[in-house]
This record gives sequence, structure tokens and C-alpha cells, in this order.
Amino acid sequence: MTEQLPGLIVIIPLFAAIFASASGWLNRNYPYIISVLALTFTTYASVVMLIQTAGGGTLNYYMAGWLPPVGISYRIDALSALVIAAIQITALLNLPVSRAYTEQSFSKKEAPFYGLYLLFITGLTGITATEDAFNLYVLLEVSSLTGYALIGMGTNRSPLAALNYLIIGSVGASFYLLGIGYIYIKTGTLNMTEIHTMIYPLLSESPTIIMAFALCVAGILTKAAFLPMHGWLPSAYANAPNASTGIIAPLTTKVMIYVIVRLGISIFGTELAVESFNMSWFLVNFAAVSIIAAAFKALYHTKLKKILSYIIIMEVGYMVGGFFAGTPDAMTGAIIHIINDAAMTLCLFIAAGAITTKLYEDDIRNMNGIFTKMPFTAIGFVGGALAVIGIPPTCGFFSKWYLLKGAFAADQYLFAGALIFSSFINAVIFFRIFEKGFFTGEHHHEENGSGHGSVITEASLNVVIPLMASLGFIIALGFMTGKIVENYISIII
Amino acid sequence: MSLILSIKPLAAVLVSAFTVPAIISSGRNPNARESWTFAAAAVKFLLIASMVPVILSGKEIYFTIAEILPGIPFAFKIDSVGIFFAVVAGFLWIITSAYSIGYMRTLKEHSQTRYFAFFALSLSATIGAAFSANLFTLYIFYEILSLSTYPLVAHHQDEKSKVSSRKYLGFLLFGSIGLVLPAMIWIQMKTGTLDFTVQGIMTSGDFSKTEIVVLLLMLVFGFAKAGIMPLHSWLPAAMVAPTPVSALLHAVAVVKVGVFCVVRVVTGVFGVKLLAHLDAGVILAWIASFTIIVSSLIALSQDELKRRLAFSTIGQLSYIVLGIALLTPAGIKGGVLHIAMHAFGKITLFFCAGAIFVKTGKKYISQMKGIGRQMPVTLGAFFIGALSVIGLPPCGGFLSKWSLLEGTIQSGNTAFLVVLLVSSVLNAAYFFPIVYNAFFFSDKSDFKESIDEAPMFCVVPLVLTAAISVLLFFYPFIFNTLADMFVNSIYGG
Amino acid sequence: MEIYNTISANYNYWIFIILMFIGLYGVIAKNNLVKKIIGMNIFQTSIILFFISTSAKLEGTLPIIKNAGHKGGGHAVHASDYMNPLPHVLMLTAIVVSVATIGVALALAIKVYRNYETLEEDEIREKISSGYSGEN
Repeated sequence: MTEQLPGLIVIIPLFAAIFASASGWLNRNYPYIISVLALTFTTYASVVMLIQTAGGGTLNYYMAGWLPPVGISYRIDALSALVIAAIQITALLNLPVSRAYTEQSFSKKEAPFYGLYLLFITGLTGITATEDAFNLYVLLEVSSLTGYALIGMGTNRSPLAALNYLIIGSVGASFYLLGIGYIYIKTGTLNMTEIHTMIYPLLSESPTIIMAFALCVAGILTKAAFLPMHGWLPSAYANAPNASTGIIAPLTTKVMIYVIVRLGISIFGTELAVESFNMSWFLVNFAAVSIIAAAFKALYHTKLKKILSYIIIMEVGYMVGGFFAGTPDAMTGAIIHIINDAAMTLCLFIAAGAITTKLYEDDIRNMNGIFTKMPFTAIGFVGGALAVIGIPPTCGFFSKWYLLKGAFAADQYLFAGALIFSSFINAVIFFRIFEKGFFTGEHHHEENGSGHGSVITEASLNVVIPLMASLGFIIALGFMTGKIVENYISIII
Repeated sequence: MSLILSIKPLAAVLVSAFTVPAIISSGRNPNARESWTFAAAAVKFLLIASMVPVILSGKEIYFTIAEILPGIPFAFKIDSVGIFFAVVAGFLWIITSAYSIGYMRTLKEHSQTRYFAFFALSLSATIGAAFSANLFTLYIFYEILSLSTYPLVAHHQDEKSKVSSRKYLGFLLFGSIGLVLPAMIWIQMKTGTLDFTVQGIMTSGDFSKTEIVVLLLMLVFGFAKAGIMPLHSWLPAAMVAPTPVSALLHAVAVVKVGVFCVVRVVTGVFGVKLLAHLDAGVILAWIASFTIIVSSLIALSQDELKRRLAFSTIGQLSYIVLGIALLTPAGIKGGVLHIAMHAFGKITLFFCAGAIFVKTGKKYISQMKGIGRQMPVTLGAFFIGALSVIGLPPCGGFLSKWSLLEGTIQSGNTAFLVVLLVSSVLNAAYFFPIVYNAFFFSDKSDFKESIDEAPMFCVVPLVLTAAISVLLFFYPFIFNTLADMFVNSIYGG
Repeated sequence: MEIYNTISANYNYWIFIILMFIGLYGVIAKNNLVKKIIGMNIFQTSIILFFISTSAKLEGTLPIIKNAGHKGGGHAVHASDYMNPLPHVLMLTAIVVSVATIGVALALAIKVYRNYETLEEDEIREKISSGYSGEN
């Protein structure tokens, strides 16, 4: 059975998506139940794979039995297993949360929503599991398209934001496709391991291959919202319905970073990736600039979800800079940050969703005393915020540790400075929100001006339990950092 | 030095953390809630006390929680100076809890549950810091302490508190994330370990002299809780907190953690012999001296009682740093001993300030003429506390000052001897007028003729700590022994 | 002559580059949302054309093998005689993806139109900044 898992983990959500959207005709609750079943299975499968690949094992699955280079093969190694597990757990945790919001946002469209949700997960899992470069493009587009639709499902400004995202994202994916084309012309194969063996030692100097790498990276970075191709992210995430942001925000950009890591390590090889053309110098310093710019923009805005979106851009800067800094510690930091950031973002966005739904608005200037009324949400938000700032023992501290260490070893002091400086700005941003949420409005019995009259209570259990679970993950991941690094990441690098 | 494995350190740290939920849930019932606090404080102190005999017999207790980062465990190791600090902090928490009850209830303060809960958490962090086995664990608990004391500083939630608490956190986080973290990573990168070792770990990496000095300064300034100028402004700012907070945290826990970190850094990370060899201690000693003199001068100009005490604390902390920086046996002994002596003395002074405020609402020294008539016990205790801090017999502070003076002579640098003597005069100059005005200003006093003290819960603790200050002069108990042990461990018996 | 040779030898690449830039220009510079979508499509199509152009071989024929399979055996096949079918297959997938993208894009455009009653991006921005809440 375990040999089938790499294939099953992609196929089950795919079929479940079809069933889920179809079964909406029968009963309103079926789509949700089917989604829960499907995602529970995939989570379990991913944990099994995680155990199997610990310490360097790999699982191979060949679609329809065709061996590479003829067929498409799926290969799970330690890195993919980690990311897949992260994806599944995030998706599963977000399901109850989205359930709480779909009733509010779009009650008649639940079935298609869950269908899209599952397809989105299919796409992301497939990206992580596949070993075929073109298959990656297809699944990339699958996840992207469903992502566009999930974002566009909301009201007001979301269709425009989604359309903007679509256009920019498609251009990015097309660049990636072009890069694949160059590789295919030169190597004649699309299987990642084969490409790697073909490039070394023959072709590593070839300008086509270097160009291919540049194109692929540029395309994927567009999708990952790396400066300057980041423009789509703030509007898209801030305007998306709360039900979707919980799944899209933590995962999309992180899986894109995974793709870059995969490109860098498995396909093109680290020497090419990092040392050619001084690309790494350029990218790392650019990452430093993007971190600081994103931090300032986050400081400037007052809408909660926009602030969080800029923080995502900043985290992407961490990961890109860390990976291209080239030293093992920095790369370890970047990879472990993929997982840590998924957990942090999940926590923050669930909490933010809970707050904005209760308040019917997004502006932090109006959030007086909200944390005292919603204690669990507050704990979750505080936990996520501390992780972003980088306070031990949350996981965010440890990825910063590795990133800083690697940056020092690589003499990338601008990047290191940007990391530290952004921690300060994060502290300012979040403590401003804490002050508003905890310390204001307690003793002043004035009207807030919103005049809803209704009592603001804690978010429903559907939301609180996943929130607490993700907070637990943040801390648990912090403690398990050593194990994760030893068993999974050092093997890869 | 034989090591004993025991879970007691972890238990001692976690006892109060575990009572936090109990405190929160019994928030409706103040007596139940307070009894939880007492129970936690008592258990904690008993656990600490039970470990003292083991340490006195020459062994050390250790416990490793987890190896979070490869090669850097999150672990406890209790040695002489660690248990010294823990005893001081643990004992004084019991007394402060009693005092808090009197203070908070008389003033009918709000959010008492939050206050007691975060107090318990802060004590957990303090004991954790005392027991840390390496710089990394120390850093983690340092950060947790900063964060758990923030709500205590911002307790009153008015504009002034918000501004001051921002300053508080700003200074502390700037020091820890901006200075300590890079220095720590740099050291770990070069030496591969962060454990506190008897002669330091710096010899195993190759460091240039400038590097060592820079790293030393980064670490000493970065642990901003030690209040070395210019990173000292947070201390007077934090006086907006309720007086029990100022008393325990800013006379005992927070600031002593800062100075304890400096002790650890100098003796455990850099090593006394290495620093003496490089003559690097002198720089630190001059910085400390500067702080001592300037803070004493500023204290003279302060009219608000708590602010005067705050600047006095800054000066006293730098005594400890000076003692350590002298790098002589008597100097180090004096510094360590002063941790305890100053704690008992200062806490008495703060308790008195709080009692005065509770009873009469006065905060300014100029308003306190003749108060000795109304509150003779309080002001008497104040007098004793002042004696201890100035360093006069028959109070314990005399012993530590004597050791410090001895230390300056041993170091051969008579300039520091002068600094100590001048500052003692200054200390007297800012303390004695208060006492004199309180007792010997009979006409035109605002106060009653009859004795009308603050409530029992406030008066008993301050009498107790004053009495102990005197007692310590005659019977320095274990403090002397432990301090001697520590010095012996450094200088090899 | 050298330049002429280089250009004419690789004319397919030049065509696709020109198409790509036309597409990009449409995406970036045009105001109307539908024109942007068309630009995106042109961009994707140019990449598809690029791939397909790589599959052609000098004097290659259609990649269908006669008399193979059920007779068991048959002749040895020289791959160099046949045009490469793999890019065609891949591009079928890519075309499908492209079509799906356009479908989603147009659906979103319709929704935008319902909200703002215009498809010109600058007018939409004006409406947003002036607080037009839309119909939905």
C-alpha cells in the first residue's frame, strides 16, 4: 500500500473534488463531509510517508507503470514529504474554519467551494510530489486556477483582485513553461533526475541551460510574490473571502518556494543555482531590500489583512534570500521556514478572519479592546505574531537562527541586517495591534462609533480549535527543529 | 564537579507556569486566586531550597529538556551562582505576593487576575534564566521574561503606561534581537557551542582581540535588563507600573536577570582568565563606573520617589557589573553578593514607597515632609533599606560593598576605588534627606500626629525584608558560602 | 550576410519572440480588461508555438508508425525519420490549460463588469477610490 501512496495522495483529492461538488445536489452537508474524509486520508498518508522518508528514504511511483524517461514518475523524498505533510495538515485544519465562514459569505455555493478547495490541494500536493517538470507546470496551473476562483468568490473587490492575480500569475507560469521548453530542447527529457544527470557534467556551461534556470526562477518568483512581482498579493489576499484566505495564504507562496528549492537542488544543482552569474549576490541583496520595503509597507497600512499580506511578502524575501545565500545553514533556514511560515500564516489568518468576521470590518484602528472579548483568538494571534517577530521558543525564532547563521557564513551582511531590522518592525506592528486589542477601550465606556449594539463574543468552536491546533504546531515545530533538520533537511543539502 | 540528573529544575520553573490557568480560572474568587499564587510561590521556593544542600556539597544538577538545534540543547544546569539567584528570587516572590494583596486590594486595582497570572509567568522565566545551562537557554528565558512583564508594566492602561511600556519593550527587544542574537550566532558559528564553561568557550574558536571586545560589548549592552547606560531609560519609564511590580521585578527579578546574564557572559562564555589576559575587563569597568556616577547624580535631581529609586537601582546594578569586570576574586564575590544584598534592601525601599502611596496617595518626596510621624514603621524600614543600599553597617549591604572595595584594591586600579567611595557618598546624599525630612520636620507637616500605618499586608512584608537586611549582616547564611563557591570554581580553589 | 543567415536560420524563434512581446505589451499597456486577457493569451500561444516549432525535423514525416503492433515485430524504427510527437502532446495539455485560464478570466471579468459596469481599468480605479460599493 505504501508504494501507492504518492499516487493516491494526488488522486484521492482529485476524485473527491468531483464527488464533493456533485453531491451538493443531494444534501448541503455532503461536500463538507467528503472533504473531511478525503483530507483526513491524505493527512494520514502524508504522515506515513513522512515516517518512511525520515533519514533519506524515497518513495517512487510511476504513473500507469511507465518508467521514466517515458512515463511520469512521482517521487517523494524527505523534502517533499515535509512539505506535503504541511500542506495536508494546513488544509485539514482550515476545513472547519472555512465551514464557519461559507455560511456567512456564500451559502448557495458551498458545493463548488469545496470542490475548488480539494482541487487546490490536489494541485499543490501534485506539485510537491511530482518528478516530471511538465507535470509540475500542469499542476501548478491547476492550483493557480482554483486559487484564482477561490479568491474571486468573494464580494466587492475580489473579482478585480483575482483577475489581476490571474493575469500576472499566468504570465509567470508561462515563463516557467518557456524555461522547461529550453531544458527539453537541450536535454530531451522532462524527468527531473534525468535532467540533472544530463546537465552534469556536459551542459552546465551552456547558456541555454542558464537561461532556462533564470526563466524558471523568474516565473516561479512571480507566483511567489517576490519583489517586484509582488503587486498582486496584497489586494488578492486582503479582499478574498475569509473562507479562502486560510488555505491560500499559508500555502501558495510557500509551495512556490519549494519549487524553487527543487529547481535549485534537484534539477539544476546547487553550483549552477547559486554561483552562476553572481545571480545569488543579486537575488540575496534584492531579497534584503524587499524585506525592508515590505516591512515598511506593512507598518503603513491599517487594514489587518493587508498588513498580514505584506508580512507574507517579507517572509518570501527571507526564504528566497536564504536559499540563494548558498551556505548549508541558510538553505536549511529557508527550507525550514517553508514549514514554519505555513504554520505561522495559518495561525494569523485564522485569527484575523475570526476578528474581521466578528467586527464586520478590517481596520485596526477600530479594534479597541477586541482581544479581551475574544481571548482564544487573542492567544492564537499573539502566538502567531510572536513567531513572526522571532521570539523563542516559537518556530519563527529557529528559522531566523539558521538564516542569520547562514547569512553570516556567506558574508551577506545586508541580508542579515534586513532580517534583524524586520524583526523590530514586526514587533512594532504587532505590539501596536496588541495595544489596541488588549489595552484600549477597557475602561472607556464610549461608543466605538460602529454602534452594532451586538455583543462581541468569542469565535465559534469551528474556528477556535484549528486556531489552537496551529498554535500548538508553532510551538511544537519550534521544539522539533533539531529533529526535523537532522532527519530531513540535512540529507537534502 | 559531579553532575546529578534531576527533574527538579524543570519542576521548579514550571510550577508557577502551571498555576497560571488555575489563577485565571479562579479570577472570580480573589481569595482562591491569591491562594494559588501563594501555593505556587511556596512550592517553588521549597523545590529550590531542596536543591541547595546538593549544590553546597559541591555537585551540580542538570537536566536537558530537548536538543532543539543540533549541538545546542535547551537545558538546565544549576551551579552555585544559579541557585544563589534562584533562592533570592523565589523567596522574595512569596513576600511580594503578600504585599501585592495589600496593595492591589487597597487601591481596588482592575485586572488583578491578569496581574497575578503574568506575575507567575514572569517568575517562571526568572527561575528558568537562573538555571540555564547555556547562552541559548538563557536567551529564551530572557525573551519570555521581557514579554511576560510587558502586560505588568502596561497595567494601568492609560496614555502614560502605554508610552512607557512601549519604551520598555523597545529597549529590551532592541538589545536582545539586535545585539545579543547576532553576537550569540556569531559565537556559536565559530566555537560550535554555547554552554557555560568554567573558563569560557571563546578559546576554542579563533577570535581576534577586537572581535572579543566587540562581542563582549554587544552581549553586555544587549542584555539591556542590566541597565547599563545608555540602554537604561526603560527602568525609570517602567516605574509607571504598580509598585509591587516595580519592587519585585525592577528591584529583584528583571534587573537581576540582566545582571546575572552579564555575570554568566563574563565568567561562563568569555572566561575570566581570557579577559584578564586581554585586559578587556577594564573597558567594561569604566562603562560601569560611568553609569554608577551619572545615575547617582541624576537620582539626586529626581523628586518622584520611585524614579529616584529607579536611578539608584541603575547605579547599584552597575556596582555588580563593576565587581565582575574587575576580574578579581573579591570583586566577583562582591558583585555576586550584592545581587542578594541589594535585592533585599531595594525591595524594602520600594515596598515603603508603595505603602506611602497606598496610605496617603503621595508620590513626590517634597510632599513627604513629616510623614515619619504618621508612619514610623514604614519610614524606619526605609531607613534600614537605605543603609543597606548605601553599604553601611549593620546592614548586609556593607558586606558586599566591602568585598567590592577589596576587589578594586586587588585589581590594582585605584581609580575604581575612588568611584566606589564617591558613589557611596552620593548614595547617602540622595537617601538621607528623605529620611531626615520624614522624621525631623515637625512644623508644617501634612500628616497626622497619630500613628496610622498602611494595611498589614503591606507593612509586614517591608518589616520582614528590612529585618532580613540587618540579619544578613550578622549571618550571611548561604549567600556567602555560595558566592565563595562560585569564585572558587572560577579560580580553581 | 552572417546576420541574415542567423536570422533566417532561426526565424521561428524570432517570430515567437515578437509574438511574446506583443502579448506582454497587451497585458501591461492596455486599459481594457478583455484586451489584457487577450494579450495574456497571445503570450501563452507564442510559447506554445515555440515548443511545437522545436518538434519539427528536416525531412521528417508524421509520427505514425505503419504496420506496427499486432503483427508482432515489424521493422526497426529510426526515430530521426519522424517528427517529435512529444512537444505536440505537451502542448495539447498547455492549450487546455490556456483555455481554462481564459474561461476563469472571462468569468471574473463578467463579475467585475456586473460590479462596476465598466471594463476599463482606470475607470474602475476611479470608482474604487471614490467609494463605489458595487452591486453585489
